[in-house]
Amino acid sequence: MQKYSFLSLIKNAFSAHKGWEVAWKDPTPKKEYDVVIIGGGGHGLATAYYLAKEHKITNIAIIEKGWIGGGNVGRNTTIIRSNYMHDENGLFYEKGMELWRSMSQDLNFNIMFSPRGIINLAHSDAQMNAYTRRGNSMRLNGIDAVLLNREEVKKKVPVLDFSDNVRFPIFGALMQPSAGTARHDAVAWGYARQADSMGVDIIQHCEVTGFDISNGKIQGIKTSRGDIKTKKVGLCVAGSTSILAEMLNMTLPIETHLLQACVSEPIKPILDHVVTFGAGHFYCSQSDKGEMVMGGDLDGYNSYAQRGNLPTLQHVLTEGIAMFPFLSKLNMLRTWGGIMDMSMDGSPIIDKTHIAGLYLNCGWCYGGFKATPASGFTFAHTIAQDKVHELNAGFRLDRFSTGHLIDEKGLGTKTWIS
Amino acid sequence: MLYIKCPHCGLRSQNEFAYGGDASVKRPELNKEISDQEWDEFVYLRKSPRGKHLELWHHVSGCRQWIKVLRDTSTHEIFNTYKSEEKVG
Repeated sequence: MQKYSFLSLIKNAFSAHKGWEVAWKDPTPKKEYDVVIIGGGGHGLATAYYLAKEHKITNIAIIEKGWIGGGNVGRNTTIIRSNYMHDENGLFYEKGMELWRSMSQDLNFNIMFSPRGIINLAHSDAQMNAYTRRGNSMRLNGIDAVLLNREEVKKKVPVLDFSDNVRFPIFGALMQPSAGTARHDAVAWGYARQADSMGVDIIQHCEVTGFDISNGKIQGIKTSRGDIKTKKVGLCVAGSTSILAEMLNMTLPIETHLLQACVSEPIKPILDHVVTFGAGHFYCSQSDKGEMVMGGDLDGYNSYAQRGNLPTLQHVLTEGIAMFPFLSKLNMLRTWGGIMDMSMDGSPIIDKTHIAGLYLNCGWCYGGFKATPASGFTFAHTIAQDKVHELNAGFRLDRFSTGHLIDEKGLGTKTWIS
Repeated sequence: MLYIKCPHCGLRSQNEFAYGGDASVKRPELNKEISDQEWDEFVYLRKSPRGKHLELWHHVSGCRQWIKVLRDTSTHEIFNTYKSEEKVG
């Protein structure tokens, strides 16, 4: 594989940039693979990468219905954090933070990781208490957490509304300074390029149409480009998980919902951190291009449409304007939607299934992007060793029937309001 | 914007409604021995189909009745609406 560097950039400049190799090939599917990963998004590509790198399994196919990076890895708001209270989540996402920090070097691809810190605003004394508790839990797990008072928030984010007559005054905030953002497309492309170079076949525009199962074991999959034999299949299809589950006669504790995001026109640098509203659901950061990147609530009803609906956008932006009054002056550049695999307790599932050789990775709710490296790392372990890694041991599929929920927010099973 | 025809009030915008989830889920019967499996299915497991989905909506800023809506989850087309006690299909 051609190494990307300053030198290679100069060298290729002399040949008018016509000498670059393709970043990944476009192979025809083989008849058989050791492992087939369904879904060429961030999680699927990362899983293939770690299978090849950590477990030396390279006879892998990634089957993608559309094109790699065209789903949620290209539709999120690029936020990376590990500010969770429960051990299962905190330790898992903190492993992710470790992988994020070295990702540009590991992948030889600039993912533009920007640890600018996330600030969760608090709007009451009770919320400050809750954030103190969460911050303490984080620090016990080795995650950085700082409690900010009102004056400290004002210093860091002066554009917030600190006037006296706001409905939700700012009492303070919980900050994770090591959190941040990264360029999401680069994450997909970086993993794809490395996986491809280690021998992984990335097969795009290939739809899975069925599974070949006998004696409770996976034998292969059926696709729009022919049948493929394999003993191990990993599902990384996010919002499409329930569609594949139906082919497998499985009913899962997830529902598919629509989440929107949007960006404003680009403006000069004004916001140095990721900031979230504490009295509703709104988050905002400023991209390197200067656009304000914003997101919030689900559209609120089961949906497989990768496009949004205006009432929710209006609701979310009303919260945004309550926080940052200047947003009302900006033009909207672009809005879009993605479909989320909302689990019943808000935490993911990375586990084996009752079918031998079938592995499940789903339930990412709002937080799939930041989980990309940790999800790939632990899912690769689960597939290669046929047993869960200690970091995803809590993300069991059967935790709902056994009562071992990881309910970070304590909101119950109404996925559309969580 | 979705427009939902409330069987009691007529066509109204989605802003007047709150979502209530899959209407095909049945609570286990009372006064019967109920297994963990049955509770699991009722509380947590959902088909979440792509296509026709029968769901509950609450006309919370209107007549405050719960209604059933048959809607396509990929096109958002609404085929029919029913009163909560009405049998569907």
